[in-house]
Amino acid sequence: MTKIDFDWKPLLLAPVLALAALPLTGSFSTWLTLTVAGLAMGMIIFIIASGLTLVFGLMDVLNFGHGVFIALGAFVASSVLGLMGDWTGSGELWRNLVAVFPAMLVAMAVAGAVGLGFERFIVRPVYGQHLKQILITMGGMIIGEELIKVIWGPGQVPLPLPDALRGSLLVGDAAISKYRLLAVAVGVVVFGVLAWTLGRTKIGLLIRAGVQDREMVESLGYRIGRLFVGVFVVGSALAGLGGVMWGLFQQNLVPQMGAQVNVLIFIVIIIGGLGSTGGALIGALLVGLMTNYIGFLLPTLTQFASIFLMVAVLLWRPQGVYPVANR
Amino acid sequence: MFLKRLLSNDMPRSRLLALLLVALFIALAFAPFIFPGVKALSVAAKILVFVVLVASFDLLLGYTGIVSFAHTMFFGIGAYGIAISATRLGPNWGGVLVGLGASLAISLLLSFAIGLFSLRVRAIFFAMITLAVASAFQTLASQLSDFTGGEDGLTFKLPELISPSFEFAEEPFLGVSLDGRLLCYYLLFVAAVVLVLALLRIVNSPFGRVLQAIRENEFRAEAIGYRVVVYRTTAAVLSALFATLAGAMLAVWLRYNGPDTSLSFEIMIDVLLIVVIGGMGTIYGAAIGAVLFVVAQSYLQDLLRIASEAASGLPWLAALLSPDRWLLWLGVLFVLSVYYFPTGIVGKLRARAVK
Repeated sequence: MTKIDFDWKPLLLAPVLALAALPLTGSFSTWLTLTVAGLAMGMIIFIIASGLTLVFGLMDVLNFGHGVFIALGAFVASSVLGLMGDWTGSGELWRNLVAVFPAMLVAMAVAGAVGLGFERFIVRPVYGQHLKQILITMGGMIIGEELIKVIWGPGQVPLPLPDALRGSLLVGDAAISKYRLLAVAVGVVVFGVLAWTLGRTKIGLLIRAGVQDREMVESLGYRIGRLFVGVFVVGSALAGLGGVMWGLFQQNLVPQMGAQVNVLIFIVIIIGGLGSTGGALIGALLVGLMTNYIGFLLPTLTQFASIFLMVAVLLWRPQGVYPVANR
Repeated sequence: MFLKRLLSNDMPRSRLLALLLVALFIALAFAPFIFPGVKALSVAAKILVFVVLVASFDLLLGYTGIVSFAHTMFFGIGAYGIAISATRLGPNWGGVLVGLGASLAISLLLSFAIGLFSLRVRAIFFAMITLAVASAFQTLASQLSDFTGGEDGLTFKLPELISPSFEFAEEPFLGVSLDGRLLCYYLLFVAAVVLVLALLRIVNSPFGRVLQAIRENEFRAEAIGYRVVVYRTTAAVLSALFATLAGAMLAVWLRYNGPDTSLSFEIMIDVLLIVVIGGMGTIYGAAIGAVLFVVAQSYLQDLLRIASEAASGLPWLAALLSPDRWLLWLGVLFVLSVYYFPTGIVGKLRARAVK
């Protein structure tokens, strides 16, 4: 990676989109509210999608079951937070954060552990066969969704925000909900850790080398198989974390939420380019902004907003904005 | 030989399979007389619709090797085409034809656009992009409630000739009253037979061979000089058109259409299960699988109910065996069959016949 020919054009996409929406929304304060909300939503989407960038982008596993880990994380969080009622119920911010933090950890641990089993029994026999991967992981998705229904019941489960995270702050004329600020903070941390691990550490180097040429890395004496299992587990754990964030964002969980979010993160991954953390971040921010603007301007087309966005980006760069893995 | 030409030279190649298919054909051809009762006839009609729907999906998944999650979208377009035109234009044949034509045109354009756009980049994108488009379309259909009836759907009338109130003979024949419902069933039956034979013709044509070549080795097919994108897109369009026709059949039979009957993602999963269990890349697998599935759908739940009651001492086991969780067991069956029977029932039978 040379710094000299760094590709900066995709970085402009989000600001350009935001500026283009400015004259359409009417007033500046509405625009600011929508933009901040969109960026925060984008950060949440990024947390969810970052797991899939690892699994799909680096390991080339087209995991349609990724949504199950998202749903699992959210449901686990609802159980953990339910146990800590007096911590979430208190008005003090630090006590709320202390409650949310273990919920995230437990959700990540559970999702990671299930991911380990999923890799072993569902994915491992079909490495390198895309068609079977789609079918098998889809089957895993069905099974996982049904098991969630068995454990937490088929109906809706509420996941209320802790008290101190409700409401919003007023910055000038624009309202910014407190939870979204937390989401941005978590998203920045996730992005930082991922980018640093993949780009600056030896493990990251080995992973990237393994994606390029698996046999070569193996013949140098590294157990690439174990490393990749680790990548899958981390990807699943990130999905669990994203599930907690998404669940608190929606405040209402349904067992089908995994399948619903799947669509969104696939779009983000396609926009971002395979295996690129930075691309996924840009894709997620674009999708977040676009969804918020269109949701305000033309509510009926909200569902199509991100698809139009994807079509536009792919017409410009058919491989996504930052393709890392070349397959 | 006439039969050989009719089946486009694609014989069952297994005595047991041939026997099953003949039995199935006879059972469906005389269903109103063999299985009396309204419920049984509905099951038979559902099988007819599913055979066409699944066979058209097999053209894409089994023969071309690409996965689409928008198949029920085209199924829904066909059903909504009939439903909307019959509601707007009244119960006459002209309305039915207009609806059919319009939905075929929409499916053609939509599948062409999706196919050309996503297959140009990378075949696996097709699966993800179709999933996104299909889910957006589903929301759109329930939002445009003035047009589509929203979540409630549309109930409509069709020409009198095929409605249950029309009787063309006073006397019942072999204990079956000769009414419009019977005529409608045979309309569906003829349509299903013609469409399945047409699909057999397509997959066994030189075009179908190229599709299979692409499935086996995309790079080599391109190197020989076939434009892979063109062939894949054509297959996607053809399969979408057949799915649209299956949707029209469903709407004609039910005289009702709503998002849950034709657009829902559950149907998509059902179709996927049927293709894999029946046998990918064999149109016959669609027929066998559809029958098994529709029957299982009706009876597996009863079986689970009995098992669940028997296991009531162990609450968690009873919850796993609850009849509402039947999809769980189908999912397990699905995963196992992708691993151990990738060729499905038909593939197994054919492999046994070769030995």
